[in-house]
Amino acid sequence: MDGRFLARRNAQAARLADVPLVDEAAFRAAVLDAVLVDGCRIASLFARESGGAVELVAVVASDETSEVGLVRAVLASDSFESLTTECPQAHLFEREIAEQFGVRPEGHPWLKPVRFHGPWRTGRSVFGDAGPGVTDFFRVEGDEVHEVAVGPVHAGVIEPGHFRFQCHGEQVSHLEIALGYQHRGIERALVGGPTKKSIHYMETAAGDTTVGHAIAWSQAIEALTGTRPPARAHAIRGIALELERLANHVGDLGALAGDVAFLPTASFCGRIRGDYLNLSAELCGSRFGRGLVRPGGVAFDIEPARLEMLQGRLETSTRDAKEAVGLLWETPTVMERFESTGMVEPDACEEIGMVGVAARACGRAIDVRHDFPFGIYRFAHVPVMTAHHGDVNSRAFVRWLELQRSAEFVADQLTALPSTPVRVVPGAIAPDSIVASLTEGWRGEICHVAITDSAGTIARYKITDPSFHNWFGLALALRGGQISDFPLCNKSFNLSYCGHDL
Amino acid sequence: MRVVLQLLLVVLASPLLLGVINKTKALMAGRVGPPVLQSYRDIAKLLRKGSVISETTTWVFLLGPAVALVVPLLASLMLPLAGTEAPIAFTGDLIVFVYLFALARFCTTAAALDTGSAFEGMGAARELTFAALAEPALFFGFLALARVSGGLSLTSFMTMDGGHWRRASAAMVLVIASWFIVLLVENSRVPFDDPNTHLELTMIHEVMVLDHSGPAFGMILWGAAMKLFVYGALIVGVILPASGSVLVDLSAILGGVLVVGVAIGLVESGMARLRLVRVPQLLITASLVAGFAVVLVLR
Repeated sequence: MDGRFLARRNAQAARLADVPLVDEAAFRAAVLDAVLVDGCRIASLFARESGGAVELVAVVASDETSEVGLVRAVLASDSFESLTTECPQAHLFEREIAEQFGVRPEGHPWLKPVRFHGPWRTGRSVFGDAGPGVTDFFRVEGDEVHEVAVGPVHAGVIEPGHFRFQCHGEQVSHLEIALGYQHRGIERALVGGPTKKSIHYMETAAGDTTVGHAIAWSQAIEALTGTRPPARAHAIRGIALELERLANHVGDLGALAGDVAFLPTASFCGRIRGDYLNLSAELCGSRFGRGLVRPGGVAFDIEPARLEMLQGRLETSTRDAKEAVGLLWETPTVMERFESTGMVEPDACEEIGMVGVAARACGRAIDVRHDFPFGIYRFAHVPVMTAHHGDVNSRAFVRWLELQRSAEFVADQLTALPSTPVRVVPGAIAPDSIVASLTEGWRGEICHVAITDSAGTIARYKITDPSFHNWFGLALALRGGQISDFPLCNKSFNLSYCGHDL
Repeated sequence: MRVVLQLLLVVLASPLLLGVINKTKALMAGRVGPPVLQSYRDIAKLLRKGSVISETTTWVFLLGPAVALVVPLLASLMLPLAGTEAPIAFTGDLIVFVYLFALARFCTTAAALDTGSAFEGMGAARELTFAALAEPALFFGFLALARVSGGLSLTSFMTMDGGHWRRASAAMVLVIASWFIVLLVENSRVPFDDPNTHLELTMIHEVMVLDHSGPAFGMILWGAAMKLFVYGALIVGVILPASGSVLVDLSAILGGVLVVGVAIGLVESGMARLRLVRVPQLLITASLVAGFAVVLVLR
């Protein structure tokens, strides 16, 4: 990242006018240099309407310097030169831009809809108005090749998504994933806000990442209003975020065991996940942490009696979790299933911009809590946990390591809660401003970008869930693998459908 | 009389076997689990329900469940479950026994292919591949037992006087071990298949019957339970000496099969499913184990 970007820390607001406005070619060159030369990641890449024209905004994240770089460009026509040809991690962002604003990224290798909705600018559709999943899929031709289509309705009670496998016998040559069935129009619903509804959209953007998205939203609003939440609020947010991570990681490890029919861990982890969810419920009355995080702080304090009870139950649950999950690593048949199943090469992981657990399982030491510290993580550090094979086993093992670190973190925080109030009232939102707010949800990096208009309301709000970066990683993990291993690979990523579809 | 008793045992006790397996698994996992009699309720429920039948299917689709229900019953008639005589016994009946089940498999896979679904075709291909690999293990076992018992029918294998354990204990252990693996693969149990999974891409047997519903599916469940019971009874009959008393033999078989059920439950609680590409390796191992039994009795 260089002078072509406006550098900001995580959740540090800037005046929109300070963000360099360059032409298309300079924009493309700046982003490509940042990613290919300086090793930054595209945290978000989106478009907005500005005075009748379409403006591209790029948010690149430099894990080394802990800075996010902002740059923008106004498009001169209804098309622009695709970045994807040189920088694959832009591929889904560009498809999204094409779908939302009816501008065509020229040269994009696989230009298809993302969520199958109509264009936001009337009459500017690039794709026509076919329904969800109605599109051409990549096909492998040959006498012995067969195609398996799964979903959008699945045999289990899970979210809808469509998977197209090109198989040769049991071997998968290619998997293509079509999503969009859960599209609710959250980003558009936030325009003109914030309103009373906004926080609820955030808490349900990806239902299992309620706290993660709510913190990202709150940070953005706090930055735009110049609010500094009290220290105790930061600590409670951290506790809630780690409890969310604990519940989901334990649940995932149990589900991974269930997928290979290893019952003991599956049964126990199912119960222990509930225990952790109940701890969240003790914090705020909701097992998913809804109603807790609010701009300016948190809505609920922890009294001494509840604090003690939380400490006791956390210790018990974590002891149980260690026993149940420990069984996995001691059982050779489980290891045999996990190891070298669903491998993602480290290079591919970096190239397609994977984040979170899946990236750390490929040896990429990236973690927003460490690289772009926010809230309590500026004072209390959680070590970044990595594994190095990029297979199901690595993804499971990273969860196992993070589970232990998170439990230690929560225990530490509970013993040393600062004695301040838990909430302050945010003031008015700064007009004509922009802020990029990053948090590390349990899946990975959550990026929210807010742009305000001259009246101090939200003109554009961009949400990037970690699933948005990682779905393509799942498709890569299956290449050359066995189709019967798909459910296991899928579970090891456990990506969000609604977080992607928004 | 014996025939009726024997048929009643297979028809009525087989769902209990599933209940015992599920209860064992639940207890091992620290759960309460479904009641032991749950399988009876499931089957009764399914038999009362209506069916949805895909328009693309033909009569073949319904033939599968029917054959799957009848074959285990027919096969059970070749086993002397009550006393020392099987209702049907002749030299070489073991070949008919094995290929009756092959017939059932042909019909269920044909029914699966009849739906034209990619999943069911995949399941059918897996089922046939693994069945073909399990067959040698079964026949090597028969060969060893033929030598030990001196006869060439299932009745002679299952009515040995107990002396076989003194004369050929090592071979017997190998045959039983190999057949237990065959029992697991033939009945779609862990580590070959996961009877509890809802993941259509990993299933073998379950995915072939995805389109069956109501009574047809009930018949499949019941037929599968009886098949498991018959395989269990074959193994128990070979292990235990026959007493000649109808009541003693019936209860010995029932008790033995339930113990097999507990053993299946323990296996399913203690290990994960095999990767699909590893399944043939284990089946070839089972064949080799039974092959060694033959070597031992021939020397």
